Amino acid sequence: MAKFLFYRLLQALFVLVAVTLIVSFAIRLTGDPAVMLAQGAGSITEADLARIREALGLDQPFLVQYLEFLKGLCTGDLGRSFMGGTPVGELIGRALPATLSLAFASLFVSIALSIPLGVTAAVSRGRWPDQVIRIVSLVGLSFPNFWLAIMLVLLLSITFNLLPPSGMEGWQSFIMPAATMGIILTATNVRLVRTTMLDTLRSQYIMVARAKGLSNSVVLYKHALRNCSIPLITYFGLQFGGLLGGIVVVERVFNWPGLGTLAFDAVAARDYPVLQGVITVLSLLIISINLLVDVAYGFVDPRVRKS
Amino acid sequence: MSSTPLLSVQSLDIAFGPNRVVKDLSFDLYAGKTLAIVGESGSGKSMTSLAIMGLVHYLNADITQGHILFRSTSDNTALDLTTLSDKEMRKLRGKEISMIFQEPMTSLNPVYTVGDQITEVLLLHGDYTRATAREEALRLLRLVRLADAESLLKRYPHQLSGGMRQRVMIAMALACKPKVLVADEPTTALDVTIQAQILAIIKDLQKELGMAVIFITHDMGVVAEVADHVVVMRNGEKVEEADVTTLFATPQKPYTQALLAAVPTLGSMQGEALPRAEPLVIFDGDKVFSEGESTLQNTVRLQDTPVVSVRNLVTRFDIHKGFFGGVSHRVHAVENVSFDIYPGETLALVGESGSGKSTIGRTIQQLQESTSGDIVFSGQPVARMSRAEKMKLRQQVQYIFQDPFASLDPRKTVGFSIAEPIHTHRLMGDGQRIKNRVSELLERVGLTPEHAKRYPHEFSGGQRQRICIARALASKPKLIVADEALSALDVSIQAQIIHLMMQLQREEGLAYLFISHDMAVVEKISHRVAVLHLGQIVEMGSRQRVFDAPQHDYTRKLLSAVPVADPHHRREHLLMDGDIPSPIRRVGDEPTVHPLDEIAAGHFVSRGSTSSRL
Repeated sequence: MAKFLFYRLLQALFVLVAVTLIVSFAIRLTGDPAVMLAQGAGSITEADLARIREALGLDQPFLVQYLEFLKGLCTGDLGRSFMGGTPVGELIGRALPATLSLAFASLFVSIALSIPLGVTAAVSRGRWPDQVIRIVSLVGLSFPNFWLAIMLVLLLSITFNLLPPSGMEGWQSFIMPAATMGIILTATNVRLVRTTMLDTLRSQYIMVARAKGLSNSVVLYKHALRNCSIPLITYFGLQFGGLLGGIVVVERVFNWPGLGTLAFDAVAARDYPVLQGVITVLSLLIISINLLVDVAYGFVDPRVRKS
Repeated sequence: MSSTPLLSVQSLDIAFGPNRVVKDLSFDLYAGKTLAIVGESGSGKSMTSLAIMGLVHYLNADITQGHILFRSTSDNTALDLTTLSDKEMRKLRGKEISMIFQEPMTSLNPVYTVGDQITEVLLLHGDYTRATAREEALRLLRLVRLADAESLLKRYPHQLSGGMRQRVMIAMALACKPKVLVADEPTTALDVTIQAQILAIIKDLQKELGMAVIFITHDMGVVAEVADHVVVMRNGEKVEEADVTTLFATPQKPYTQALLAAVPTLGSMQGEALPRAEPLVIFDGDKVFSEGESTLQNTVRLQDTPVVSVRNLVTRFDIHKGFFGGVSHRVHAVENVSFDIYPGETLALVGESGSGKSTIGRTIQQLQESTSGDIVFSGQPVARMSRAEKMKLRQQVQYIFQDPFASLDPRKTVGFSIAEPIHTHRLMGDGQRIKNRVSELLERVGLTPEHAKRYPHEFSGGQRQRICIARALASKPKLIVADEALSALDVSIQAQIIHLMMQLQREEGLAYLFISHDMAVVEKISHRVAVLHLGQIVEMGSRQRVFDAPQHDYTRKLLSAVPVADPHHRREHLLMDGDIPSPIRRVGDEPTVHPLDEIAAGHFVSRGSTSSRL
């Protein structure tokens, strides 16, 4: 276990350095924050711009800037935003809970939908419930998430005025964004649950469970589902990473005060420290989730547990 | 005996869509009795057992006709199981009628403890609390003679051996004292010693609980051992039905006669010095006839250099499971094994699972590196061979495996597979000559040249094994290692392949290393036998010496565990408790290597016993 953890941490460190290096480098190719800051300030000379750059530390070579960032990172200091000077840590601290709660809500929606649907499809393989579930999930797969989000807003908020169209106030505001993300994830998850379930249902121990006289739901949800959980947990874990990335679009549509919105605005304003900070936090999150997935294997499957 | 049957199957038909797999089957089962249903693969015997459990529809099959009448004791009314709803059937399943399945390795759920899985049935059907169910589970585990029941409750299936798992399965099936127990090939996947234990346990418990048992098997030896009454099935139909003594003494139908004739019987070669290729009994339509003559297998050329000499071979595997991945344990698969195989000779390696017999075969074929010791090939030590010479060695030693389907590439025609060794070893360059050679090889193993264009799934199991033999012959080998090559085949097919292998030995002078756990087959085919236990040879000698006058306790035990296909010779309870010992040892805990004594010319016996279990 100790060796395992050591390698995982080493791996995490490498991933973190690689991700931040690429992000820091790439954003510096996209434009000059000094120009963005000076916009609307009337006549600006080249000397003014140079002064702004010097104040932000942008006159230094790239490598020096990057090492400064890493140094700050080690002490937990992510720097200050170019726009307004708020500490990046504080900005992220405000946005992170919004994003995480939305991500978990979406994952919850997806799991709550895909497991019963996938199991039903597997059990009724080839018959009409299976066909319907497969066609609907294919349709779901074909929706772009922004389109679904806009449709939901138009329908539920504008036409029927049932739910708040944007912002994060109260549980009602969670429904549409979580449903948007959740439904799209469900489309793929149903197929995964169906396939793994079909494999498991072929096992001898399922026939044994039936021969014991257990009811169908006990056979399916106690005996079969837990045996499907390794591929499912792996996939849901990976998906959570993708979810954090995909959330940017949905956050924009619903004006959700999360990391996605923060990152979007930072790119628009060439606000290097904020973007670097957001990306760092996101990759840390994804790395920890992958670690959690590995630990979870041991809980669901005794064969994975080390002696 | 009561005159009304406990369970009565009447004109039963089962079909997968338009495909009838069981046709017009009828039989009766009486309380306290054992009914054996025998047949080869595809005879519909397993479908019949699932029909009694009301489980066929989970395999997408349907009962299209007939009744299964079950008399639950309280009143004497009969329930027709084919008309019950799934909900009503669930109340009987596991409680009144339960089932043991063929594959103990996969019939327990890997993610729940043994305790959970046994108490589950008790809580479902019986009047138990969690605590009393646990007590009852303990009692059941002791009933099937599992030691250390207390700690077993908390263990998971993967921590148990096959024999232990099958006993847990039996404990589970018997939990609610069923009136009918359906046992579908319950011992087929197990070693003979463990098989003897399981059969004894089922018989004992049957007496104790007065159950009726339906015993499904393809093994005539097991039938003779356990059955009162026998139903013989073929292609979904009942061929013959009789009480067990009548069936074995005077089989009426040609198919039953052919089936019984094909069964290799232990002791059939008593007093014979050499193996003998018996005429092949063939069942065709409704006629039985025999083909070929009884021929002595006098093929060994002792004056020649041995094809292979193995000296002090040791093969060990490290197990990494320490905190930092260090080596804490080793599998002592092969310990100090020496033997020779002469041209034209069949040497059999016998032993239980984990005895190291397959590892020896793989080490000889250079598929597995040895830890120490020498392997000498036609006078040349392998250790000093160049790459090219080792390649040549791979040509001269070929392998036939247990599962012919898994060892053929499903996406390549069998002609391609057979030609592959010819290409690999550059034995022929010319395409047309290779094609002719493939045709010749197919004819050699009893197939036709047209078969070359087909794919493996188009053949039956026996035909596939013939294809594997043709492929092995393609590179003109001197030695063929046959690792459990007959174990997965039906007896009639088994007899044909034995016949083929012996014929090839006479005509091509081949030597075989025949690895098997089936003592009766070994007796038929081999010139010499080496008995392995925990990686060491405990006895080695001519087939006649080892089978007629076994000296080592372990050899005797192996022989006595083999069921005899004769209902008059039922063995008294020879009960071997305990499990097959493990060859895994802690690093530093070296096994004692016992020297062999030559007690008669060419008959070697180990001086010590290799474990306390003997």
